[in-house]
Amino acid sequence: MDKVRWIFVLLLLFAALPVSAADAGKSSDVDVKGVIFGHVKDAYEWHVTTLGDKHISVSLPILLYSRNSGWNIFSSSVFHHSKEYNGFHIAESGVNEGKVVEYDKDGNEVRPFIDLSITKNVLAVFFNSALLLVIVLFTARWYKRNKNSLSAPRGFVGVMEMLITMIVDEVIKPAVGKRYHRYVPYLLTAFFFIFLSNLMGLIPIFPGGANVTGNIAVTLALALCTFVAVNFFGNKEYWREIFWPDVPTWLKVPIPLMPFIEIFGIFVKPFALTIRLFANILAGHTALLAFVCIIFITMSVSRAIGTAMTAVSVMFTIFMNVLELLVAFIQAFVFTMLSAVFIGLSQPEHHADNTHDDK
Amino acid sequence: MSLLLPDAGLLFWTLLSFVVVLIILTKFGFPAITSMIDERKRYIDESLQHAREANKKLADIEKESAALLKAAHEEQAAILREAAVAREQLLKEAREKAGKEGEKMLAETRRVIQMEKEEALRDIRRQVAELSIAIAEKVLSKELADVEMQNSVIEKLVEEAFDEKA
Repeated sequence: MDKVRWIFVLLLLFAALPVSAADAGKSSDVDVKGVIFGHVKDAYEWHVTTLGDKHISVSLPILLYSRNSGWNIFSSSVFHHSKEYNGFHIAESGVNEGKVVEYDKDGNEVRPFIDLSITKNVLAVFFNSALLLVIVLFTARWYKRNKNSLSAPRGFVGVMEMLITMIVDEVIKPAVGKRYHRYVPYLLTAFFFIFLSNLMGLIPIFPGGANVTGNIAVTLALALCTFVAVNFFGNKEYWREIFWPDVPTWLKVPIPLMPFIEIFGIFVKPFALTIRLFANILAGHTALLAFVCIIFITMSVSRAIGTAMTAVSVMFTIFMNVLELLVAFIQAFVFTMLSAVFIGLSQPEHHADNTHDDK
Repeated sequence: MSLLLPDAGLLFWTLLSFVVVLIILTKFGFPAITSMIDERKRYIDESLQHAREANKKLADIEKESAALLKAAHEEQAAILREAAVAREQLLKEAREKAGKEGEKMLAETRRVIQMEKEEALRDIRRQVAELSIAIAEKVLSKELADVEMQNSVIEKLVEEAFDEKA
C-alpha cells in the first residue's frame, strides 16, 4: 500500500511540473489541437520534451526518392537550421501538412515519389519489433532449456505462457478450426505485436509514447497480413462460397449479385480490422492528451481554477491510463480474434448436404 | 484528414519489420513454446490417466486381497471344524476300541477264571474221589474182614446200584 501511495505522489509531482513550466511561459492561448495532433501524427523527428526554450528531440534519417534529384538521405535536424534543404521542405499547410515536400516543374508542392524516411513511428515500430523479438526469444529459450524437465514456468515466462495459452486455446482453436496449427505463429505474433505496441504507446517517455497502433498505416499493414493469410491460404470451398454461394440461383445469374457482395466482403474484412484498431487507439491517445491539456487550458484562464482542475485532470488521466491498459489488451485480443475468425471462414468444412456441388 | 491516409513509407517499414519478426518468431519463437506447452499438457494428461489406472489397479488388488483373506479365513474355519470333527471321531473310535478291548479282555479273563475254576473243581473232585477211595479202601478192608460183612455190603451196594439205576 505504501508503494502505491508513493507512486501516486510521484505522479502528482510530475503532473505539477508542466504546470509550472506553462506558468513560466505565460505565452498565448494553449494550442490544444496542435499538441494533440503533434503527438498522434507521425513526425520526421522524435520530440522527447522541451526544457525552457530548448527542444530535446531525436533526429531521424530522411530517405527520399525524388523524380528531380533521385535518392536523398539526410538527417531531419537539417530543418532546424533552414527551412529548405536540397529542394525539400516540410509543408506547413494543405494535404501534405507536416510531410516533406518538393516543388514540381509547375511549382506545385508535391510529395517525393518515394518517402522511406525513418520517421518517429517507423523507429517505434523497429523498437517494438526488437523488443518483441527479445521477449519472445527469451521466453522460447526458457522452454528450450527446460525441455526435458517439462516443468511449468514462473514469473515473466509464466505470464507469457498464460497469454499464449489463452490466445491459442480461447481464440485460435475455436475460431480457426481443425487446421489451426498453421496459423498459431502468425496470430500470436500479431497479438503480441499489437499488445506490445499499445503498451509502449502508453509509456509517455521515449522510446515509448509513439502512437504506433493508432496510425492507419500500421494497422493497414497488419490487416494486409491477415488478408494474405485469409485469401492466399483459403481452401477451395472458401472460393466456391464466394463465387457460387448457397443462395437462390437468380441471385447469382445473370447478375452476380451475391458474388459481388462476397468479393466486396473480402476487402471489407481487412478494412474493418484496420479502422477499428486505428480508431480505438487513436481515440485513447487523444482522450488522454485532452485530459492533460485541461490543466493548461484552465491555467491560462485562472490560476485558482487551474490548480483545482489539475487534481481533477490527474485523476482523469490516471483513470484513462488504466482504462487504456485494458483497451491495449482488448484491442490486441479483438484484432487477433477477428483475424482468427476470418481465417476460420476461409477454411470452411465441406457441407455434407451439398457434396455434389464441386465434384 | 491526413490521419486517415496511410503513409506509404510507414506502411512499407511496418510490413517489412512485421514480416521479419513473424519469420523469426515462426522459426525460433512460438512453435518451441507451444509445442512444449502441448507436450506438457499431454504429459499431465497421461500422468493423470496413469494415476487413475494405478488407483483402479490398487483398488482391484485391495478387493482381490480382501477376497483372498476372506477365502483363507473361511478355509481356516472349515479346517478347524473338520479337525474338531476328526478329533471327535478319533476319540470316539478310540473309546469304542478301548471299550471293546476291555470287554474282550474281561471276557478272556472270565473265561480263564472259569477254566481255572473248573480245573480247580476237577482237581478237588479228583482228590476227593481219591481220598474217598482211599478212605473206602481202608474202611472196606476193615469191614470186609469177615464174610458176612462182605455179603451185606455187596447186597447193600447192589441195592443202591439198582436204586440209582431206577
